[in-house]
Amino acid sequence: MAKKNERDTKRCHGGVTRRGFLASVGASTVGAVVASRAAAAPAQQRESLEGMVPCTLKINGRHHSLLVEPRWSLLYVLREELGLTGTKQGCERGECGACTVLVDGVARYACLTLALEVQGHAVTTVEGLVVDGQLSAVQQAFVAEDAFQCGYCTPGQVMAAEALLRANPAPSDEEIREGMSGNLCRCGAYDHIVKAVRRAAAARRAGGAR
Amino acid sequence: MKAGGRSPAREGVSEVAANGAREGHAAAWGTTTVVGAAVPRVDGWERVTGTAVYPLDLQLPGMLYAAVLRCPHAHARVQRIDTSRAEGMPGVRAVLTGASPGADVPWFPQRGKGPLSKLFDPHCRYAGEEVAAVAATTVFQAREALAAIAVEYEVLPFVAEMEQALLPGAPSIHEGGNRQNETLRYQRGDVAKGFSEADAVVELSFQTACEIHTPMEVHGSVARWEGDTLTVWDTTQGVFAVRDALASALGLPLANVRVICPYMGGGFGSKLGLNKHTVIAALLARATARPVKLFLSREETFLCVGNRPPTRLTIKAGAKKDGTLVALEMKALGTGGAYPYLPTSGYLVADLYTCPNVAVEQDNVFINAGPGRPFRAPGYPPCSWALEQTIDALAEKLGMDPVELRLKNVPVVSQQRGGVPYTSTGLADCLRRGAEAFSWQAARGRARGKGHLRRGVGVAAGMWGYDGEPRATAFVSLFADGSAILNTGASDIGTGTKTVLAQVVAEELGIAPESVRIEHADTGTTQYAPASGGSQTVVANAPAVRAAAQEVRRELLEMAAAELGRPQTELRLAGGAVVTPEGTVHPFGSLKALVARQPLVGVGRRHPHPEGKAALPFVAQFAEVEVNTRTGEVRVLRMLGAQDSGRVMNQLTFENQVFGGIVMGVGFALTEARVVDRQTGTVVNANWHDYKIPTMKDCPPELTCLPVDPQDRECNTVGAKGLGEPATIPTAAAIANAVYHAVGIRVTTTPASPVQMAALLERHRQEG
Repeated sequence: MAKKNERDTKRCHGGVTRRGFLASVGASTVGAVVASRAAAAPAQQRESLEGMVPCTLKINGRHHSLLVEPRWSLLYVLREELGLTGTKQGCERGECGACTVLVDGVARYACLTLALEVQGHAVTTVEGLVVDGQLSAVQQAFVAEDAFQCGYCTPGQVMAAEALLRANPAPSDEEIREGMSGNLCRCGAYDHIVKAVRRAAAARRAGGAR
Repeated sequence: MKAGGRSPAREGVSEVAANGAREGHAAAWGTTTVVGAAVPRVDGWERVTGTAVYPLDLQLPGMLYAAVLRCPHAHARVQRIDTSRAEGMPGVRAVLTGASPGADVPWFPQRGKGPLSKLFDPHCRYAGEEVAAVAATTVFQAREALAAIAVEYEVLPFVAEMEQALLPGAPSIHEGGNRQNETLRYQRGDVAKGFSEADAVVELSFQTACEIHTPMEVHGSVARWEGDTLTVWDTTQGVFAVRDALASALGLPLANVRVICPYMGGGFGSKLGLNKHTVIAALLARATARPVKLFLSREETFLCVGNRPPTRLTIKAGAKKDGTLVALEMKALGTGGAYPYLPTSGYLVADLYTCPNVAVEQDNVFINAGPGRPFRAPGYPPCSWALEQTIDALAEKLGMDPVELRLKNVPVVSQQRGGVPYTSTGLADCLRRGAEAFSWQAARGRARGKGHLRRGVGVAAGMWGYDGEPRATAFVSLFADGSAILNTGASDIGTGTKTVLAQVVAEELGIAPESVRIEHADTGTTQYAPASGGSQTVVANAPAVRAAAQEVRRELLEMAAAELGRPQTELRLAGGAVVTPEGTVHPFGSLKALVARQPLVGVGRRHPHPEGKAALPFVAQFAEVEVNTRTGEVRVLRMLGAQDSGRVMNQLTFENQVFGGIVMGVGFALTEARVVDRQTGTVVNANWHDYKIPTMKDCPPELTCLPVDPQDRECNTVGAKGLGEPATIPTAAAIANAVYHAVGIRVTTTPASPVQMAALLERHRQEG
């Protein structure tokens, strides 16, 4: 799990460094921007906008401009500010993978990613996999193989499988197990998840499936 | 014995016909077309797209967020709470303590005495007890305000381990000492006499570690008041159970409490009843006149919402040379933590095998630890861990094959219920057919390897001793366009309940399962169903749903017969139409009476259990493991679950349950243990990094599900028995027996982690 994160972090360039993000918070221009954006802030009333900074995110191909606290994780912003609750909150500390999203096509735990880090990058959430009401090949395979029980880890599993197949269109069972091992399923639907990833890989290779 | 929870033999002659027909209820199905098929989930789309709204996803206008301050000490008394600084913090709308209006709520009521505890009890009996709570505009503000609440504690000496609980001078957790109750005893026959007649006797002692449910969705609720009516979205397995307890806690009429849970992210028993945080959310919502959302952190789910308690079990078994069991004895010590909970079960010892002489003793003590709760087959996996390893050892001593020894003692009656027969007993078939499908003989005889990787195979059997609650109501409404609404209070906790119940409606009405829309798990709008636990969901609800659909079917056929001028018996329902013997298809929408009177509504109720019979599921599981004698790692290479759960309602969800049960059993056997620091009495691995649940790489790469359907037409009108629990009961024991076969080491303590295994292997080497 740790390895996976390290790898993912390396691939996602442009995340703010600690120093950079403190600088951006302290920048004198921020106040003005905050004031001008205040009316557009989507969230409920706030007693103070102190410390909030503007942030532009590209999520599922759509741009969102909002004010965030620098400490807010991508998970928090997706769920609480943008209402994209398909990305699930499981542990808030990078252990379970329920919040897995794609950043530039690579799987990433949204709970360990600051919203400010992914500015300028393309974020894909589970909501972005459905196109014109059609499920992706991975989603179809999860339904066909009954690759879930309670379904709470499922959006994260689906995103992890999506990332795996984009990087490796023909994974072996061993590679599937390795690639999906950062996503916990307490119901223990792992066997069916392996079958679903296999099925999705075959469908994508056969063409026509997305 | 309490674990059975049932009175013994029931008097009276069975009035149940052999085909399962009961007064006012139809006969059991013969063959089916939709029921039993591999129908994908009716809510699969919602679950894979993230559009299914779980309680944690809920956002109501004006909603506040709450968090709970918990006692950091294993045992302490709250002397003083100062909330003034927290009250003034940004975004804070309310701070709640035991002194707040309405917050003096009794908890763990006792008959004839005062309650054992309170919502906010100044006497904190484990690290994690509720001390205060805050509601604020954001969850960050709520959590920050908690840190600003000043609490003075008188820190008390604590009891961290059950062995210490009854020592002289041990700190008392409750008035009257740390013994939860008098020793519970079950006895039949004379065990001393039995052992004296035995040709072989084996006695072994076991320990099982505390296991935490830790479902993927954390526990929590959203509470909203409208006048004196409370609506709660709670992530729960049983909306009616929560409603009843919540109404009682707040002094509200049942009609004024509505509990809703359309989707929930796993529970495994930890979400069966009312939680303190739900009451706190309701009180904060009342105090602030706003909806309040209160969800636990992941860490909190390890502390205060239940666990499978640790146990110490000693089992003694005696048999004749031919394998006939003559005596079984179990002594159990367990703890439900700081509050009453029965941690151990002797059910398997008393009933899994035919045995004339049985004695079970259970002692339960209080310790300063988080309370136990039902956890998937409460009491059974620990009992199985002990019993099934003892039987394995007995087989070795007798020189018998472990499958043969078990087959020799398969029961046909429930002995602890006074000898009532089972509606069906698939245990022998589970063992025989399972062994065959697993290639048991060949695998058992295979070389175990000479290098550092040793292989072995093991078997364990099991059963589940709860028939389910015979009370459930369902409504079915059929429209002329062939769509239908099923209204049931049942929760689908991930087992596929909605899909299976839709199949039942589809089977009776000749429509597709996807044409059935389901309203469920809402005490305000849906009909009573027992909580989804105890492997009772399908067995309680499917017969009620079937009865409702049959009422609709009868009315529909009457209408069609009158309109088409044909006798009812000639007509059948298929494809959303009435079909004549000649194959003429009359869509429901072409029936004028139906169009005029739609929807047809059927009300179905669950029939009583069969009189004088026990309807219980059985199981046998087989495991093959590889033990790395250098590292102590145990890998489960393959497992087979042979399951007698009666009719397979849906091949996909059935297999999924079996595999999920096995994976959970792998965790119990190999990786899971709550670790309590003896110095502080606090849990030190309250997270998924340090508390290891199985990942995909721990899941056995080769899993086989072998349904053994005894064609039970008596258990209920759908022919299904429980599945979720029996699927996990024997898993760990089968793995332990396979480990013994591989390396000759009897692992008596869970989990068989590399650390423990390395130590055992080293000792084994030294002892030669």
